[in-house]
Amino acid sequence: MKKFLEKSVRWILTASGFVTSVVILLIIGFLFTEGAGLFGEPVIEDGYVLAVNKENPVSRLSAEEIKAVFDEDITNWKDLGGNDMPVRTFRLEDADDYFTEEQLGSQYEHAGEAIAGLVASDPGMVAFVPGTMIPDGAGIKLIEDKNISPGEVLGGKEWFPTATPAPLFGVLPLLAGTVWVSLFAILFALPFGISIAVYMSEVASERVRGILKPIIELLNGIPSVVYGFFGLIVIVPMLQQVFGLPVGESGLAGSLVLAIMALPTIVTVAEDAMRNCPRTLREASLALGATKWQTIYKVVIPSSMSGIASGVVLGIGRAVGETMAVLMVTGNAAVIPGSILEPLRTIPATIAAELGEAPAGGAHYQSLFLLGVILFFITFIINMCVEYISSRNRAKNR
Amino acid sequence: METPTYPKGYSSRKRRSQAVAFTICRLLSLLIVLVLFAILGFIIVKGAGVISWDFLTKAPEDGMTSGGIFPAIVGTLLLMLGSAIVAFPVGIMSGIYMNEYASRGWVVKFIRLMTNNLSGVPSIVFGLFGMALFVKYLGFGDSILAGSLTLGLLSLPLVIRTTEEALKDIPDGIREGSLALGATKLQTIWKVVLPMGMPRIITGLILSLGRVSGETAPILFTCAAYFFPQLPSSIFDQCMALPYHLYVISTSGTDIEAQQPIAYGTALVLIVIVLVINLLAGLLRKHFEKGLKMH
Repeated sequence: MKKFLEKSVRWILTASGFVTSVVILLIIGFLFTEGAGLFGEPVIEDGYVLAVNKENPVSRLSAEEIKAVFDEDITNWKDLGGNDMPVRTFRLEDADDYFTEEQLGSQYEHAGEAIAGLVASDPGMVAFVPGTMIPDGAGIKLIEDKNISPGEVLGGKEWFPTATPAPLFGVLPLLAGTVWVSLFAILFALPFGISIAVYMSEVASERVRGILKPIIELLNGIPSVVYGFFGLIVIVPMLQQVFGLPVGESGLAGSLVLAIMALPTIVTVAEDAMRNCPRTLREASLALGATKWQTIYKVVIPSSMSGIASGVVLGIGRAVGETMAVLMVTGNAAVIPGSILEPLRTIPATIAAELGEAPAGGAHYQSLFLLGVILFFITFIINMCVEYISSRNRAKNR
Repeated sequence: METPTYPKGYSSRKRRSQAVAFTICRLLSLLIVLVLFAILGFIIVKGAGVISWDFLTKAPEDGMTSGGIFPAIVGTLLLMLGSAIVAFPVGIMSGIYMNEYASRGWVVKFIRLMTNNLSGVPSIVFGLFGMALFVKYLGFGDSILAGSLTLGLLSLPLVIRTTEEALKDIPDGIREGSLALGATKLQTIWKVVLPMGMPRIITGLILSLGRVSGETAPILFTCAAYFFPQLPSSIFDQCMALPYHLYVISTSGTDIEAQQPIAYGTALVLIVIVLVINLLAGLLRKHFEKGLKMH
């Protein structure tokens, strides 16, 4: 009986030992299945087709071209490889401008034929209509519809997930936004982080360190919404005034807030590494006549470099994944930022802002999961870097 | 503060560069302390005027432009409790396994790698995952259950790590002593190792609760309600939560003039929860450290 108990407890403990591995696998599995679904979605909004005149030589259009056509950025078919004639667009909402109620029928029952007739009679017309509405008839043809390709998503420069007829899911602006904000955050945090770590481990007395340490921990404990709120109320208006910006919500505001948030991670890890620098090394340096400061920057900092590096990388990881604070202060403009003073949008902020409105199972919804996959892998790689750095360090110390 | 002493032979240039470097370190450290106090002070000063008995015990009224935040406080406490129920038992057991049972090196290494990776996963990814698994796949809907499970998974790595570290510091001699007296491994863990490690484990658990209390991104799509003035009646209900309430009120408010004080008040309550939790953990740590020294 006793043996049985021992054994079963052992099994339960072993099972719970692997729970984090299982969670990681589940995260990968669920995010992937949803995210990869995006590549099975058609470029043109589900259930709709683009109909053109049969004489029109253009038979395929990319999502970006479709958007340009319907935004009237492209107004001539020759820009799309067709004949030299003006593009005219037709959406279902425009039906009342072209037809009388009689022609459409009270239930729109004749709308399909009417629109088909319109497209057949006008060689420059492109119509965006439900696929079931258009009758198979002479005089019109449908633009070929492919599935959304990974190249369009990963290399796309435009993020317009709600655009009709063809939503654009280019992740580059979001990726650029994330990189910009994190990069600047680390640039701001780095001098502070290293100085504070040096101060705490080398300069300050035990008493001062005893005060600083809980303060740094507290900085780590403040919820990100509170940072976001503080940034929104204090930092954003301040930046707007200082730089004379039209809007204060900018990449700079985001990176300032992120710098404060990433700081505790950098300080804690770097300080730990410096304190672990062997006493004999320091003593040898001091005995050779070096001052305390010379010892710090010639001996202590180089010997704890890998610890400092993992602190910085962990800080980057924290900055990349931060959601709420960034969402609240960066202004959320999904364009590739020209400068850090412009509004921008990061991957986590996009997920948080848009998932609520995206209809479940649709292309938009799946694209947000794909962003989650990308984010997961960025942080996964960052973590692996940290593991690598610290494992090399352990090997060196042995 | 310790003033650096200079032996006689140092040149004045060396002395000066040391003084400058240390002053910079001091100033930057001071600056960060000031930043923290600025953030805390700002929220405390602006929020203190809003806090009243009614604010703490009443539901929001008039389209969230007046009234209190009681449902949000209750919601946050419920989510903390729920995540604790999810994460504590599994996390502590996992930590015990890592330190007491797992013998082969690569198993421990692999699990530790996975735990570290999980702790680096951004909270919004937990939110996505919680939505896909708990809300949609398992069909819990937006509910306290789904939110607690998501937050529980999020705090799991922290619980595992603190448990592991607490047990690692217990000398092997104590385990061997117990085993030599004829106790089984399980008895040793249950009667000797766990009680000794408990103080530090509890400190870690409290800190993980602090983290959970402020998380917003994981509950955005799994649990948080924009407006849900009555208290939840089952774990399948949505609930309001303090961090989400603060986010909603400060970014998508309908009446900024009237809602700003509420935002300050909510931020203050959130900060107070975090402060109390940090203070509690700090005091516990000190208390137990004293106890250990006496032995």
